[in-house]
Amino acid sequence: MGTIAKDTHHDHEHKPTGLKRWFFSTNHKDIGTLYLIFALTMFFVGGAMAMVIRAELFQPGLQFVDPQFYNSMVTIHALVMIFGAVMPAGVGLANWMIPLMIGAPDMALPRMNNMSFWILPFAFALLLSTIFMQGGGPAGGWTMYPPLVLQTGDAFPFLIFAVHLLGISSIMGAINIIATVFNMRAPEMSLMQMPLFVWTWVITSFLLIASIPVLAGAVTMLLTDKYFATSFFSAAGGGDPVLFQHIFWFFGHPEVYILALPAFGIVSSIIPTFSRKPLFGYASMVYATASIAILSFFVWAHHMFTVGLPIKGELFFMYATMLIAVPTGVKVFNWMATMWKGSMTFETPMLFAVGFVILFTIGGFSGLMLGITPVDFQYHDTYFVVAHFHYVLLTGAVFALMAAVYYWLPKWTGHMYDERLGKIHFWLSTITANILFFPQHFLGLAGMPRRIPDYNIQFADFNMMSSIGGFAYGVTQLLFVYIVIKCALGGKKAKAVSWEGAKGLEWTVPSPAPFHTFETPPKIKKGMLENG
Amino acid sequence: MKSAYQKILVLLLLMPVTALAEWGLNMTPGVTPISKEIYDLHMIVLWVVTVIGILVFGVMFWSIFHHRKSKGAKAAKFSHSTTVEILWTIIPTAIIISLAVPATGLLIRMDDTSEAKITIKATGIQWKWKYDYLDEGITIYSSLDANSQEVAQLNSGLSPMDHENYLLDVDEPLVVPVNTKLRLLTTAEDVIHAWWIPELGWKRDAIPGFINDNWAVIEEPGTYRGNCTEICGKGHGYMPIVVKAVSMEEYEAWVDDKKALKLAALESQNKTLTMDESMAEGEKVYKKQCLMCHQANGQGVPGAFPGLAGSVIATKSENTLEHLYRIIYGKNLMPKFGDQLSDLEIAAVTTYERNAWGNDTGDLIQPKEVAEARKNQTK
Repeated sequence: MGTIAKDTHHDHEHKPTGLKRWFFSTNHKDIGTLYLIFALTMFFVGGAMAMVIRAELFQPGLQFVDPQFYNSMVTIHALVMIFGAVMPAGVGLANWMIPLMIGAPDMALPRMNNMSFWILPFAFALLLSTIFMQGGGPAGGWTMYPPLVLQTGDAFPFLIFAVHLLGISSIMGAINIIATVFNMRAPEMSLMQMPLFVWTWVITSFLLIASIPVLAGAVTMLLTDKYFATSFFSAAGGGDPVLFQHIFWFFGHPEVYILALPAFGIVSSIIPTFSRKPLFGYASMVYATASIAILSFFVWAHHMFTVGLPIKGELFFMYATMLIAVPTGVKVFNWMATMWKGSMTFETPMLFAVGFVILFTIGGFSGLMLGITPVDFQYHDTYFVVAHFHYVLLTGAVFALMAAVYYWLPKWTGHMYDERLGKIHFWLSTITANILFFPQHFLGLAGMPRRIPDYNIQFADFNMMSSIGGFAYGVTQLLFVYIVIKCALGGKKAKAVSWEGAKGLEWTVPSPAPFHTFETPPKIKKGMLENG
Repeated sequence: MKSAYQKILVLLLLMPVTALAEWGLNMTPGVTPISKEIYDLHMIVLWVVTVIGILVFGVMFWSIFHHRKSKGAKAAKFSHSTTVEILWTIIPTAIIISLAVPATGLLIRMDDTSEAKITIKATGIQWKWKYDYLDEGITIYSSLDANSQEVAQLNSGLSPMDHENYLLDVDEPLVVPVNTKLRLLTTAEDVIHAWWIPELGWKRDAIPGFINDNWAVIEEPGTYRGNCTEICGKGHGYMPIVVKAVSMEEYEAWVDDKKALKLAALESQNKTLTMDESMAEGEKVYKKQCLMCHQANGQGVPGAFPGLAGSVIATKSENTLEHLYRIIYGKNLMPKFGDQLSDLEIAAVTTYERNAWGNDTGDLIQPKEVAEARKNQTK
């Protein structure tokens, strides 16, 4: 593979140095790295807030924080984890890997790429600064339902503008990915030959472009309701508080898949590699992803079963929601069939990928339960829901992101990470995450509402268990940082094809991937790609 | 190795089953015909997903143990099978349809609020519930009990462990008769709340400007407890809901009592209070209604809830009337208490606020002045 490096016309890499390299970067790899580091930082910021929440819930009674501050922790934890950790991590992976996977020299719009990243630190500076303001940070939940959110103090405009900025950044990122994939693929690569990770990101990008402007509209209406005497959402002025929820969840449900689809893509790359067997049902994977994306625009009101929808509406949204289980099931069965009769090994990426499949499926089961309207009247807004979405987002999306980092770290750094520590990280994460979230199913069924700082003593045991799991999970993630830093600084040299069964163009470039790759489009040989 | 893995798997899968059987941590079957149907449907779905889980994870783990490179497994080459793919699209679809059918019937039955005998309107207010018995013309306010309030203060030093109904008790429960179709309307005054008693089988949002209707027939007498389930601000965790289901005779006697109390409250307007009486009654009212925001020491929460100790409104004599207005009619985040509190209570709490925490104005407000203040504003 060294021959490819010599084929490029550069003796040296033309790499700018110092701060300029990072602030003015237009290189997809550097911007990808920035995104990933930023996401990891935010993962710890949001995680610290989760630790505050679990510390307060460790036992009944109010020990550490005021209820208002508790509510702001709940609110900002969600915003930081969704918009600051999981989404940027996904975009970072897309930046790094999509050009490498499709044989493109860079993203199609490199300067916009720089801007979409550098908006993020400013957006989060706005959002996080609110914690120190008079009246505290936003405390009405990340869903920002009026009229409650309109009671926010000085933090309110900061919240709205932070959301606007995050939206702008996401839309630019999405446009960039679509432009790159449709214009810069290696000429010999057809759409149905693209790795599934690329497919899931194309579909995610369309979801972003369709849904983020809706959110921007909704929060702008909140802004004018608060400061310019409009009454979009105020019943007293002829408006409708439920209208906000419809608009918000029209964005919010596709958003769930914006977080989940790239995870599907990652796992669809990793499982075939470590099973040494092609992905089962590639075409049906693509169609299932697309159907999930399309269906995601027709299920928003399942977040609102208790607002008092007309019965026909409730039935429609119940059927549509249950229908999503079918394409999701197809994906799980395909992963299972990929493993079936493979020749499996279980390095850390594979462990996280298999962990993802199992735990995400458990989250999917509770999702199916929640989708059944009459029963949802009991589950809604309880810890059952909290358990559900943490199974799909933490042991789902975050596990897949971890898998991706371990999988591609050798390509990024040129070193193999410490396999033994990686495995320890996986097992500790899996055990602690389950101690953290599994008892929350019981809490919800037994009647504990979500977003409360204190609770009746009947919930004490499981909350303590959950908190212990939470602290342990939090500490475990420090190990991840150590493993990544250790790998960046040194370790066993990684080969170009870092994993025995790895397929795809990203493995045809040396490890670490040079600053510029694929300046001339690669020729695709038979058997080189994950598919075709 | 294999057996250890399998044991863990079996344990993991059995966890929900053992938990619901022995620890009583499953959903409650409840005390209405509908809540029992909901429980049954919940159990069906739980079993369906458990069985699917065992099958899918079983196959996956079998593969994980047997198709390992370390066991010499050679990778097969297949990458699709139309038959299998069609099969695992059709079977889940069939399962889903079989779940949707009973769910649809149940939902339609839940929607029918016709022919209710008693209609009660529950209004969510930050952070308490107001119940209007629309047929009887009585209104009660239901807020967190004093005991829980005291324990729930940050670093109160009191242990909730001694209080069985900590945060699930109120001063005035909603009293309803058993075996009677109740129609429960939910709405709100300020922000969105949600009304939930697990034993009734449902929760429903209480939204300003909307009235949602629901129904229940409670079959067993008893006290049933729930919470507000939609985040509604600082006191969201502190607005429990308690329903006391009693026999029709007891219910009717309770209604008569409430009507008599309403008359007595009207008469108390003519009473003249002494300073001591006022301070004692005022402190009671303050603890129940005002403490959550303005705090026990009257300092409030800077930036969110103004302090009363040393405030211009509560100390300057020319602001006495404004002080009364704020309590009666509310201002910005401050809710109006005029409907909820009697003239005597408003007079007492105003006196209390003007004399506690070193405010020491010596002002003594009488119920008559409150009655005047109510009139003034309407003019």
